[in-house]
Amino acid sequence: MPEPKVRKFLTVVEEILHEGGPVADKPLKRGAILAVIENPFAGHYHEDISGFMKDLEPLGLEMANLLIAALGGNKADIQGYGKGAIVGQAGELEHGALWHVPGGYAMRDALGDAKAIVPSTKKVGGPGTRLDVPVTHINASYVRSHFDAMEVGVPDAPRSHELVVALVMTTGSRIHARVGGLSADAIKGEDGLR
Amino acid sequence: MKAEIRKLAVFVEEVHSEMGRKVDPPTRKAAAVAVIRNPYAGRYVEDLSELMEIGAELGGLLGARCVAALGVTPDKTESYGKAAMVGEDGELEHAAAILHPSMGKPLREAVEQGAALVPSSKRRGGPGQMLDIPLGHKDAAYVRSHFDAMDVWLNDSPRAGEIMVAVAVTTSGRPLARVGGLKANDVEGKDGLR
Repeated sequence: MPEPKVRKFLTVVEEILHEGGPVADKPLKRGAILAVIENPFAGHYHEDISGFMKDLEPLGLEMANLLIAALGGNKADIQGYGKGAIVGQAGELEHGALWHVPGGYAMRDALGDAKAIVPSTKKVGGPGTRLDVPVTHINASYVRSHFDAMEVGVPDAPRSHELVVALVMTTGSRIHARVGGLSADAIKGEDGLR
Repeated sequence: MKAEIRKLAVFVEEVHSEMGRKVDPPTRKAAAVAVIRNPYAGRYVEDLSELMEIGAELGGLLGARCVAALGVTPDKTESYGKAAMVGEDGELEHAAAILHPSMGKPLREAVEQGAALVPSSKRRGGPGQMLDIPLGHKDAAYVRSHFDAMDVWLNDSPRAGEIMVAVAVTTSGRPLARVGGLKANDVEGKDGLR
């Protein structure tokens, strides 16, 4: 399988100072990087698609590193992550599932030793379709303050024969997190859950 | 700073290919967005000078954010534009107060030069609505290859009492521009038109 053909990249970084409450000393940053690539399986049913996961790995790693750079360049600042894909209409949902392994691998590799499963979502859509990418703590999925999401999308993608693949990272909890639960400073960080 | 900022966001878009053709070097566009409190939300106020001052602040801040996100020196920027979306408790004139009287000068300082009118658009809207920022060459409004636009949105903005203010800056015209007209390298850059 050839390497993924990229039409465009979009990066988005939000800096959240407050949401009606006290202004944070350190704003929360939420960032996303999206790549619009050709879907090599569009238009036909292909039984064997899994080889493309390997082909996506270098792109995933490049995207993870670009996203860390967009968030300030220090991987130790990254506390939450998530991933997602939007499949153009000539493709099937299963093509979006190809992003699970390379997208997750890429962020864990770029961040060092992240323990938690990377939450994800995917859908079939057209140009401008938005995707709510779920976000959880990178080392312990149960950290309640870090359950978050970022809405992403590309105004002119995916075209029918394209895939949009997305990675999201955050630098902290929700800006006014106050609903209790496991806190980030109380995690063990061994099993990826607590 | 007079502006009460809740959130900042920066978008960078890079096009690497179009219709299967390589775009080399890739076209690059950046947009920076500030979500601010609308000091006049919910009531008619005759004198809008506070928003004019805010416009000047944000012209410099958002222009500099765009240039930083593009990773170039200001002289390497080629086109620009600005836009504002007023939340439902404000009026269109509030967007005009931010965009027109005072925003241009600090924005031009951020991109160096800028003889041309900064193209603009405005609207009233709600959370998640798209805002189209028109783009034109910064020194000569008639450069046809640089007529373009960039869409931005934030799923939670603008709330009713907020204004979303956006500036876009690029290092390029459209990908594969080929409809003739005045070319960027033929610009005199004196009258802002040619």
